Amino acid sequence: MPELPQAVRGFGVTFLTMFKKVVTEQYPEQKVPPKPRFHGRHQLNRWADGLEKCVGCELCAWACPADAIFVEGADNSDQERFSPGERYGRVYQINYLRCIFCGLCIEACPTRALTMTNEYELADDSRAKLIYEKKDLLAPLLPGMVAPPHEMVPGTTERDYYANTVKGASPEQVTTSPAEAEEVAS
Amino acid sequence: MGLEEALPSGVLLTTVEKFAGYARKGSLWPATFGLACCAIEMMAAGGPRFDIARYGMEVFRASPRQADLMIVAGRVSQKMAPVLRQIYDQMPNPKWVIAMGVCASSGGMFNNYAIVQGVDHVVPVDIYLPGCPPRPEMLFDAILKLHDKIQDTKLGANRRAEIVELEQVALTAPTTLEMKGLMR
Repeated sequence: MPELPQAVRGFGVTFLTMFKKVVTEQYPEQKVPPKPRFHGRHQLNRWADGLEKCVGCELCAWACPADAIFVEGADNSDQERFSPGERYGRVYQINYLRCIFCGLCIEACPTRALTMTNEYELADDSRAKLIYEKKDLLAPLLPGMVAPPHEMVPGTTERDYYANTVKGASPEQVTTSPAEAEEVAS
Repeated sequence: MGLEEALPSGVLLTTVEKFAGYARKGSLWPATFGLACCAIEMMAAGGPRFDIARYGMEVFRASPRQADLMIVAGRVSQKMAPVLRQIYDQMPNPKWVIAMGVCASSGGMFNNYAIVQGVDHVVPVDIYLPGCPPRPEMLFDAILKLHDKIQDTKLGANRRAEIVELEQVALTAPTTLEMKGLMR
């Protein structure tokens, strides 16, 4: 049997490709989620009762190779408590135009306050909008959490928080939180 | 009321501005400006898995005179900056710039004398895209945000008035050095 000319055999490959599965991802309509360990936007986590995990130690800022993180710690007081223990991060900024998503800040964090989400749609049209403040980075309040500032769960110390024995907000915290008190009043 | 009701169904009316915006955003032709690792992701965006042709952008033009979008992909060294500016100047109006990746946007981790600390020192940037390098989806996200911006672009006298207004805003805005308080 005579062989087909090379040029015609080439068209055979083209023809067979029509029956192959399409690999194209239809991005804006169907978003293929990245792998679970994808390094996306950061998130500042909370304890189970809503207090912030960040203690303002600045280890993430020290670890950052691009100097993208700016942290300013402040002391917790009995009137205004944002995190269990002594200190909390008053100012927390990540400049996403410097951040290279390497994850060294996550490794440095002693309380697992800083983790990364899978969110990657960050593009914006000015430099200032891409400096994310603490309010942009904080994890959302889940059911059972109370917005800080409020007291620790009565009868616990920060050690109980770090040992992860605090499993949710107590009724006393719900009533002492100023944000909740405003809601009740209104 | 008006012309809309007199027309038979199936006929759409629009303004010239909106139509021009639709036509412009539907056929952006990027200039190839791959400088570093981000260019690999930009090339991946042109490949079959991500397929930039879905936005009518698959023709990466090697000649700036045929392009209207510059995707600056990668760190811009001081030596490359005049070249970049020349390519931008050679592009015909209207033109847009995407700073792809942290190095093009702000210098990124290369905070040193060899790298331009943000390509907006050289050319006006429309969209900043973080990531090191950004994955092709992130580039598409930036492109779609740019599409929205192009769709809203004004035309003619309105555009000229808008340019004057934007310039006034930019001239009165405080510089980064003057920004006090929490913003650093």
